[in-house]
Amino acid sequence: MTRPRLISLLGSYGVVLALLLLILFGWARYDYFLGLFNITSVLRYNSMFALVALGMCFVIMTGGIDLSVGSTAALGSVVAALASPQGAWIGLGAGVGAGLCVGLINAILVTRLKIMPFVATLAMMLAASGTALLLADNQSVSVSYESGFTSIGQDNFIGFPIPAWIAIMAYVVGWVVLNFTSTGRGVLAVGGNEDATRLMGLPADRIKFLVYLASGGLAGLAGVILASQFGAGQPIEGVGWELFAIAAVVVGGTLLTGGVGSVGATLAGVLLLGILFNVLNFENGKGWISLSAYWQSVIRGLFLLVVVILQAKLSSRGSVAVRDY
Amino acid sequence: MTDTARQQLISRPFDPFDFMARYGTLIALALLILFNFAFTRNFATMQTLNVNLTQVCTIVIVAVGMTLVIATGGIDLSVGSLMAISGALAPMIFLGKIVPIDNVALAVAAAMIIAVGVAGLFGLFNGWLIARFRIQPIVATLVLFIAGRGIAQVLTNGNLQTFRVPQFQWIGLGRLFGIPVQVVLMVLLVIAAAWMLKRTVFGRQIIAVGGNERAAELSGIAVSRVKLVVYAISGLCAGIAGLVVIAINSSSDANLVGMGMELDAIAAVAVGGTLLSGGKATIIGTLLGAMTIQLVRYTLLANGVPDAAALVVKAGIIVLAVWIQQQGRRA
Repeated sequence: MTRPRLISLLGSYGVVLALLLLILFGWARYDYFLGLFNITSVLRYNSMFALVALGMCFVIMTGGIDLSVGSTAALGSVVAALASPQGAWIGLGAGVGAGLCVGLINAILVTRLKIMPFVATLAMMLAASGTALLLADNQSVSVSYESGFTSIGQDNFIGFPIPAWIAIMAYVVGWVVLNFTSTGRGVLAVGGNEDATRLMGLPADRIKFLVYLASGGLAGLAGVILASQFGAGQPIEGVGWELFAIAAVVVGGTLLTGGVGSVGATLAGVLLLGILFNVLNFENGKGWISLSAYWQSVIRGLFLLVVVILQAKLSSRGSVAVRDY
Repeated sequence: MTDTARQQLISRPFDPFDFMARYGTLIALALLILFNFAFTRNFATMQTLNVNLTQVCTIVIVAVGMTLVIATGGIDLSVGSLMAISGALAPMIFLGKIVPIDNVALAVAAAMIIAVGVAGLFGLFNGWLIARFRIQPIVATLVLFIAGRGIAQVLTNGNLQTFRVPQFQWIGLGRLFGIPVQVVLMVLLVIAAAWMLKRTVFGRQIIAVGGNERAAELSGIAVSRVKLVVYAISGLCAGIAGLVVIAINSSSDANLVGMGMELDAIAAVAVGGTLLSGGKATIIGTLLGAMTIQLVRYTLLANGVPDAAALVVKAGIIVLAVWIQQQGRRA
């Protein structure tokens, strides 16, 4: 195996390798790390981030960005909580619908008005957050417990948390769409070179429209899970989710310039960042060290730092020539 | 420039979008002020002016640095976290939690210099990641966005630091010739940055890097150095803003200082007419942009509209401003 090939392989599977190593470390060091309770609680909590990161991954692959996902999730959680007395499915639909609305506006701003994704979704981040606060009257909205809405976030299906099932299904769909449909290939084409994509006759605007719509819908779904898991719609939750999602996508090896990306690696990125926090909790529990929760963000930041520096080194040295000069 | 091109320039018909892109923010600000004179009670008072100016100050100070960063085609997401770090460090120093210093003036001076300096160093670190490893600015500064607030929280163990030190709080509460000190600070920073951008070689280099990095490099500009310096300046500005915020509050809460500031600053820059893709920047525009956003919020609040609705309006303004600019450029 030649050296550049080895490096590019490491770039693709590095995150999976790191995830396996971290799990191995946790398994060897802590008694209950791979216990059912820990696994299900980690999955239950991180499935929300996984959904948001999946949408983000698609948006980033087209060369865009979606900063509105966090407040869209907050809006989704509020709308779902307000609709939950009408029934679990209606609550679910309302939350996802609210997310789709935000996604729709993002899509129109980006593809029709040609506003830079960064600005358009930044504005929608404010607008969605304002709408969530207005609807919720500045406080959290308790969900209906009679309608069964809370089972979406709290119950299990075949011994596995329902949110995790939802996330897994979303990732399977995402993987199939990316790899086996013309839209999916189009996503990568648009991110690789938008002008060339247009000249080849691919519907670049329609593809971009769809990714922003999907990102909004997935964020809304994450909001539904949030409301259902914690029993309340939370208008001020979701702060910083967009950046966590971007971090997970980047750790997964997707280039922010678009054109390259992997759905599976994004999931690995989410799990890696989530389990890192989990390991920290266990380490605190052992009593050898006592790190406050505040260390969590420092360690995540350091981790992101290591990953981006490694990526930059790999891409400048390996076969992936990112810069053309 | 060819003759035909020159002719086109001279005889170009009046383009409303171009006009709005140039003067829209100024007109909006003027209209807002007129509206308030007419409809908002007690608008024409010194108190209103002071409230608005002191609230907009920290945003403008951060946005000045942000404008320079954006002019090079970058972005700095870490400013809010750097404010938290500087806001956490300064009280630790002048309250003597690190090393006891007997002389208050000395302690305050040390606190200010070290806190702002550390923020500047973190800014330099951002620049180093971007220039040395060619990491995209949004990712490179994301690192400190996440880790920076954590560092501030770890430093203070998440505790609120309260203090009554008039010598320090002078920068947030004091007055120079009747004008609040932080307003003077803001004006000085704006003038210095505007002058630098327009009149110095370094200022022109910033614009050149943002306009076409490759061309700038080929024409002998030290692109890496330019980037290092603008991110360091952005860090310094954030550091100063952090001090102002905690001085006003008489307390420092690492969980809250500078929260969401990166978005406010970017919004001010965008509304002010600086191109977010780099290559064109206006510091005065940023000042006007920040004041417009602030005045819109004030107008809505003073007329009984809830703060949450003001967020939605702010979103609309950002989109509208950027859209008008783009139409102007295309024409």
